[in-house]
Amino acid sequence: MSSLGLYRPGTSLAHRLPAGLKLLVLLAAGVGSVFVDRPWQVAAALVVVGLGYVVAGLSLGVLLRQARPLAWVLLLVGAFHVVVNGWERAVVVTGVILVLVLLAGLVTLTSRTSDLVDALVRVLGPLRRFGVDPARIGLLLALGIRSVFVVAQFAQEVRDAQRARGLTASPRAYAVPLIIRSLRHADELGEALVARGADD
Amino acid sequence: MIEVSGVTHVYGEGTQARTVLQDVDVQLPERRVAVVGANGSGKSTFARLVNGLVLPTRGTVTVDGLDTRKDGRAVRRTVGFCFTNPDAQIVMPTVREDIAFGLRRRRDLSKAEVAARVDEVLRRFELADHADHPAHLLSGGQKQLLALASVLVTEPSVLVLDEPTTLLDLRNTHRVAGFVQSLDQQVVLVTHDLDLVDSFDRVLVFDEGRLVHDGRPSEAVAHYRALMR
Repeated sequence: MSSLGLYRPGTSLAHRLPAGLKLLVLLAAGVGSVFVDRPWQVAAALVVVGLGYVVAGLSLGVLLRQARPLAWVLLLVGAFHVVVNGWERAVVVTGVILVLVLLAGLVTLTSRTSDLVDALVRVLGPLRRFGVDPARIGLLLALGIRSVFVVAQFAQEVRDAQRARGLTASPRAYAVPLIIRSLRHADELGEALVARGADD
Repeated sequence: MIEVSGVTHVYGEGTQARTVLQDVDVQLPERRVAVVGANGSGKSTFARLVNGLVLPTRGTVTVDGLDTRKDGRAVRRTVGFCFTNPDAQIVMPTVREDIAFGLRRRRDLSKAEVAARVDEVLRRFELADHADHPAHLLSGGQKQLLALASVLVTEPSVLVLDEPTTLLDLRNTHRVAGFVQSLDQQVVLVTHDLDLVDSFDRVLVFDEGRLVHDGRPSEAVAHYRALMR
């Protein structure tokens, strides 16, 4: 079962910081990452993010679980840059991705989804005059986070069913039921959202 | 009171059209109403008509005078709906957040009042120890209790439950049934579990889209059993 970036209750400084401020730091890090071009800068950023996990009272295992799903992406991106741009660029690009993912993980691990949604709704408030519904965008964010776990659970169940039927080598036997279950879940979720007053 | 007048419901169009409910007329003032029937008999469509999730092709459905066609949002605020599969109904990542979801647009409640009401519901449904836990990691029984809690926190005057115990073991079935019994709300329960309807005031039996029996639990269950032979 995935434990990627899900809120861990706590009273640390990282937990007590306002969710809006943490989102702002994440945004600033994303923008600032454009200017990173030396491996030592990446190493320094990794140390800072690592310290963030320590301050939040989160273990090394939790930190590694945030990075694990990215392993293949980092490997492929790194290999591409080693061949095309050299090892230094490969370290910078993969390091920046890793830092941002770990930082995003730290934000969601130390902030309730509802607090993140509230912060986003506040920030998007001025867009109401242009017909944007900030609450709806906030709901999309919350549903997106929730759906990660739902689809991960479906993937596990489909994989188990595949193994039981001896279809381990068939990508189609994996993808088709996973997509069908996900779409059916989306239908049911839509109905539940209406029933729970999401269209109010 | 729930009033269903001359309701027919058809899914699809043209050659794909399928009538799932036909000429249903019923008034339900009782506090405990159960709906039984075989798979595909139209009972889940009937449940969805009551809270306006499905609008009738012909006829009208009203709840406390509110027409599901004209006053859909007001009806859904009056009628809470609990689905068979709680996973489809849980929309927020943690237990506390999911219960608070239904109150997020209640401008008459302060943040503290929302938190107090959520805490009260968490205690009542024995979920307080799991308040900040991921909802997807709860057991099946706990998820169904969370689904119930998330609906009841909005204090609807009617609760529709569509086969809420189908995915539960016997212990959790008894737990959910116990909570349902203790509710002040009017309850419309769609179920295959005939033991659950014993204590109900009235039982409707559906078969092939028609309301074929309407009466006390003992007679209705006997009628349904005979129908299924």
